Amino acid sequence: MNKLIVSSSPHILSKNSIQRIMLDVIIALMPALVAAIIFFGHRALVITIVSVAAAVLTEAVLQKLCKKPVTVNDLSAVVSGILIAFNLPVSVPLWMPVVGSVFAMALVKFVFGGLGHNFMNPALAARALLTVSWPARMAGAVWTQPGNIDVIGIATPLELLKAGENLPGIYDLFMGNVAGCLGETSALALLIGGIYLLLRGVINWRTPVTFIGSVALISWIFGVNPLYSILAGGLMLGALFMATDYATAPVTPKGQLIMGVGCGVITTFIRLFGGYPEGVSYSILFMNVMTPLIDKFTMPKKFGGVKTHA
Amino acid sequence: MDFKLLTFKGGIYPPHNKSATEKKPIKDAKEGKQVIIPMQQHAGAPCKPLVSKGDYVKVGQRIGEPDGFVSAPVHSSVSGTVTSVGPMLHPAGQRVMSVVIEPDGLNAIDEGIAPKGDIDTLSPNDIKSIIQESGIVGLGGGVFPTHVKLSPPEGKKIDAIILNGAECEPYLTADHRLMLERPEDVVYGLRAMLRATGVKRGYIGIENNKKDAIERIRKCIKDSPNIELKVLKTKYPQGAEKQLIYAITKRVVPSGGLPMDVGVIVNNVGTAAAIAEAIKTGMPLIQRIVTVAGDGVKEPQNLRVKLGTTFKDVINQCGGMVGDVGKIIMGGPMMGIAQYDLNVPVIKCTSGILVLSRQSASLPEQGPCIRCGKCITVCPVNLMPLLISQYILDDNFEQAEKHHALDCIECGSCSYICPAKRPLLQSIRVAKGVIMANKKKCN
Repeated sequence: MNKLIVSSSPHILSKNSIQRIMLDVIIALMPALVAAIIFFGHRALVITIVSVAAAVLTEAVLQKLCKKPVTVNDLSAVVSGILIAFNLPVSVPLWMPVVGSVFAMALVKFVFGGLGHNFMNPALAARALLTVSWPARMAGAVWTQPGNIDVIGIATPLELLKAGENLPGIYDLFMGNVAGCLGETSALALLIGGIYLLLRGVINWRTPVTFIGSVALISWIFGVNPLYSILAGGLMLGALFMATDYATAPVTPKGQLIMGVGCGVITTFIRLFGGYPEGVSYSILFMNVMTPLIDKFTMPKKFGGVKTHA
Repeated sequence: MDFKLLTFKGGIYPPHNKSATEKKPIKDAKEGKQVIIPMQQHAGAPCKPLVSKGDYVKVGQRIGEPDGFVSAPVHSSVSGTVTSVGPMLHPAGQRVMSVVIEPDGLNAIDEGIAPKGDIDTLSPNDIKSIIQESGIVGLGGGVFPTHVKLSPPEGKKIDAIILNGAECEPYLTADHRLMLERPEDVVYGLRAMLRATGVKRGYIGIENNKKDAIERIRKCIKDSPNIELKVLKTKYPQGAEKQLIYAITKRVVPSGGLPMDVGVIVNNVGTAAAIAEAIKTGMPLIQRIVTVAGDGVKEPQNLRVKLGTTFKDVINQCGGMVGDVGKIIMGGPMMGIAQYDLNVPVIKCTSGILVLSRQSASLPEQGPCIRCGKCITVCPVNLMPLLISQYILDDNFEQAEKHHALDCIECGSCSYICPAKRPLLQSIRVAKGVIMANKKKCN
């Protein structure tokens, strides 16, 4: 009898793993991918595959070059790849998801220390980069009419809203049969995925509910149909899948509420008063950089103690 | 879902793994060829040995003299000849002065052992001194001398005594079986504590996964209006002292404080039964119930083991080990201590001996913190384990302390839940040691 393992307690661990969490996120994104293929055609799938491949390859190559363990098995690069694709219109040339993925994985994630250490959501940073670099290719003017094989330039619901033009019906918005980025149009598909993540305990309600709730409330105050502002644009995708990103959002319960409200306020103000029709991605990026501060000032009060700031 | 179940905020739901032993009656274990009785089996000052090599001792004979008030005497659990007195390996990991006895198999009982009377005729001070003389300490694992707990300093008003029957550690069923088989002793012990302290209110807290024990105890207390049964949610660490107090009384023990700061004394159900035995028979604490379980032992069961019996002898009486055993733990899997040698004795705090296969004991590879925040959600004392652990890895113990590392109750929920398998508690434990050492240096 020898070689007993001696270690400090606890001696049993849960079955949770990073890989399982990432797999859950991937599963949760599948309904939206199916919706994208239904409404935008098979090219949606091609863009997603290219984006995922570029993200995974970038991470693996960089880790190999820097003689670090290759961790693509944790599936986090797959999640980033899918989210980057979901933030692009179907009409983009295939080099754009590649540029976005390489930028996100190399400059947003890897150089800051890899998984868990990036300070901004990689997918949203990629979207921001592509939007400022190739505004014409990213703008709604060349976004396709869903279900139409020919590429016809058409404005997104939020662009229509901004211009004060005729809007698509609420039903089409809810199902996703409108113009927009690949993964953001179908509120139904995103909600199914979001509920799955909530049930699996991967995300909690705090940020999504406060984000969506504050957008609805502020829109209503300013006379915009709240249902419309919830369903149009990237709000569902952002609130359920991006503002809840572990690495870049607050970890404290109170912080997560602040994250949601902050995102909601900034989103609505950009939409109503800013130069862009959509504000979800910038609001989340802005709150991402606020996250360390939010965490610092929302530390939970210890059991049996008075609240103290570190 | 029953919303009336009492509980605390945070915590985890590890698999219970109690089914292998919870239905089996407690059996008496036999002592081995030698018993090793350490002079330190309690919190406080170690005992001084009263016997030397060659002496003949009897069951219940005092062989270790306590040193001061915060200490507890040690008694022989067998009759036989002392073969040595010297440092021996202790399950906590260090060598401790111990009396080694070779049993003669007669189990001759010390002449001084006699029933002490009834709690209604004994005075409070009589009861306290019986408890003190019997070497009774907290059998839940804290092993704090019980007579000290029952003697709060002047000015601390106690209005409730809680018996802890939560047994929230997976695998362990020793308290469960005790409450099933000897509920009247548990209640008797509680009544003795109430009388000793003059406290009017007693509670017994049991997790709702022990329905049969709840029924037994309920029957036993139906004529005691001052004792109330509290059914607790099955959640780890429900049996942690401050969490239990909160669940039952909604009182919050201040950080760094003791239960008596909110007028409460907490004792384990096993401690209560030991008190009942000491009063009814006069026999001091010389044995305890030990759950032997895990996938590496052939016949998991609960044994009544004489203190000093080695782990090896106990495991052999359970059919021995099976397969490739990777880890042996004293206590439960969440807070127990891993052993590297089986020639260590069962002591007053040995609630369980877990034998885990190499497969279930293997340590997973750790990944980077992904900031999922689950450690914050489960922490019963609202700490931020991910942050404290990060500071510790940077050798920044000052910040670790500022983030309340010393408030950690070492329940291990954070390490358990972490998807990246980071040793969160393990690092905090290191920090607590360093912070305390630095404090001593400054004083």
